[in-house]
Amino acid sequence: MSSPLTYSNAELLAILRDTRTIAMVGASPKWNRPSFFAMKYLQEKGYRVIPVNPGVAGGDILGERVYASLAEIPEKFEMVDIFRNSAAAGPITDEAIGLAKEKGIKVVWMQLGVINEDAAAKARAAGLQVVMDRCPKIEFGRLNAELSWGGFNSGIISAKRRKLRLS
Amino acid sequence: MSDKMNRKSGRDYGFETRMIHAGTQPEPVTGARQTPIFQNTSYVFHDAEHAASLFNLQTFGFIYSRLTNPTVAALEERLANLEGGRGATCCASGHAAQILAFFALMEPDDRFIASTRLYGGSITQFGKTFKKFGWQADFVDVDDPEAVRRALTPKTKAIFVESLANPGGVVSDLEALAAVAREAEIPLIVDNTMATPYLCQPFDWGADIVVHSTTKFLSGNGTSMGGAVIDSGGFDWTRNGKFPGLAAPEPAYHGLNFHETFGDMAFTMQAHAVGLRDLGATMAPMHAFQTLLGTETLSLRMERHCANAKQVAEFLEGHPQVAWVSCAALPSSPYRALAQKYLPRGAGSVFTIGLKGGYAAGVKMVEGCELFSHLANIGDVRSLILHPASTTHRQLTEEQQAAAGAGPEVVRLSIGLETVEDIIADLDQALAGAAKA
Repeated sequence: MSSPLTYSNAELLAILRDTRTIAMVGASPKWNRPSFFAMKYLQEKGYRVIPVNPGVAGGDILGERVYASLAEIPEKFEMVDIFRNSAAAGPITDEAIGLAKEKGIKVVWMQLGVINEDAAAKARAAGLQVVMDRCPKIEFGRLNAELSWGGFNSGIISAKRRKLRLS
Repeated sequence: MSDKMNRKSGRDYGFETRMIHAGTQPEPVTGARQTPIFQNTSYVFHDAEHAASLFNLQTFGFIYSRLTNPTVAALEERLANLEGGRGATCCASGHAAQILAFFALMEPDDRFIASTRLYGGSITQFGKTFKKFGWQADFVDVDDPEAVRRALTPKTKAIFVESLANPGGVVSDLEALAAVAREAEIPLIVDNTMATPYLCQPFDWGADIVVHSTTKFLSGNGTSMGGAVIDSGGFDWTRNGKFPGLAAPEPAYHGLNFHETFGDMAFTMQAHAVGLRDLGATMAPMHAFQTLLGTETLSLRMERHCANAKQVAEFLEGHPQVAWVSCAALPSSPYRALAQKYLPRGAGSVFTIGLKGGYAAGVKMVEGCELFSHLANIGDVRSLILHPASTTHRQLTEEQQAAAGAGPEVVRLSIGLETVEDIIADLDQALAGAAKA
C-alpha cells in the first residue's frame, strides 16, 4: 500500500490498546524536544517506553535506561516508535524486522513527517503493522477526547457516554 | 483520515449531523447531554509533576481559562469540524480572531495584503491599529488576482479576504487567490463570517486559515460576542524562513519549536499557548455555550435567511426609490457567477442598497423602519438595518467608504427570519417615508 496515508480510527485504537511497551528510537533527554514530550505523555498513560539513542546510551531518560540499539533491549516490546528522519527509518525498520520474533514486535510506527515507503513495504511483508507520519501521543489524545480539550478536530461524532480516563 | 468519519462505521457524516454533534459528546463525569457551562477560571493539578507537564505542553489538559476552557473547547472543535480544519481557537470577538491569526504569522515590519472591500472595522483595525505592532496592510482590489500578485513583497506574510464581503454582495475568487498565495508560499486567510461554513467551505478552495466573528450567524441570537481562528493544518510552516513564530524556537515558550513538536497542530497550539496566553482576548464560557446553541440550528437558519434575503432583494430591485441593489443572489450581480461557484446554497442575507435620495434618504429610511432594528450587527434572527456612512464606516475617508461599498447613499440590510411579507412591508413603508424627505 502506498500514500495517501490513511489509517482508520479502529486500526489506530487497536494498536494503542494492544501495545504495552514501546521502544522509542531517537528519544532525547532534552525536555523541550518532541520525543521527550511524547515519551512523558505515553508514560503517564500507562505505557512503558524504553528509550533508544546511541548518543546517550547507558544514561537515563524519564527513569528509563537508554539503550544504543533495539537489539540491546533485554525485554520484549510490541512497538518501535521511530523519532528519526525518513532515511534513518530504513535501517531501523530492518533491525525491527530481524528482531520481530525474538522481541515480540508487532508494529513499526514512524513519527510525524517520517515516511519511508520501502521500509514500510518490507515491514508489512514481514507481517508487521506500519503507521507513518503520525504521533502516538497525538493519536492517543485524539481518540480519547483529550485533543478536543485544545480545540482540535478529533473527527469523532458520538452520542455515547465516554468512559472516564484519569489523566 | 476523514475528519467527518464515524469511529465505528467509517461513514462520512453530513453537515447537519456535525453541527449538532461535533465537539459535544456527552459530558463523561455526569452524562449531561447538553454541554455544561464550565463557568470556572482554573483547574486543580494532580500533583507538581502533572502541573509541570501541563505548563510544558507535554500533556493535554486545562490550566487556566485564559488559555483553554472545556465549554470553549467544545465550540472550538465544532467550528474546526464544520470548516473541515485541524483545530480552532476561539476568542473574545472577530477582531480578536484577526489579531490572533496575524500574531502567529507576523513579525514587526512584516506586511500582508488585504482586500479593499473588507468590513470597515477590519480596514480600520488593519490600516491603523496594526501599524502600532509594526504590521503593514497593503490594501488591494482582490477582484484582480494579478494586482494581488504585483503587490507581493518578500515581507508579505499573508493574503486576507472575506469569502462574502460585509456589507455588500461581493464574493472573493478564493481559488484564484489561493493560487497566488500558494505561489508566494504564504497562507490565504478567509473571513467566512458572512457565509458561515454552511454556505462556503474556504479550505476546499485552497484557503489555509479561516476567521470568524461568531457574534453573527454562528450564534444567530444576538447574545454573545465571539471570534474564532481555524487552521486547515495543511500549510507547511517550515517551507521557508517566513514564519519563525511557528517553525523556529519560540523565545516566549522556552525555545519550543511548535511545528517540530506538534506537526499540523502547530498553529492552533501556538494560538492558545502564546496567543491567548499573552494577548488575553479569551472567549467567555457562557458565550461559547450560547454560540454552541446557535450552531445547532445553523443550516436551517441559513436556508431561510438566504430565501428571505433573495425575495427582499428582488422586491427592492424593482422599487422606484432604490437606485441599485448589491446582492450576489440576484442575476444582475456582477458576482453572480462567483456566488454560484463558492456559495451554491445561497448568497447570504446581508446586502446593500443604494438610495436615489442619497445620505438624507438613508438616514430617514433607517429611522422609519418599525420591524428592522437600527443597530451595528449582522446575522441575527431579527432583521437589522444600518446606514454605514453615518455609523460603522464613518472613520473611513470618502474614497475608502466608496471602495468598501459604503458610500453616502448606501443602506445595509441583514435580513432575518421574520415572515418575509412583513419584512418587505416594513421596508416599503420606510422607503415611502424616505421619499418624502
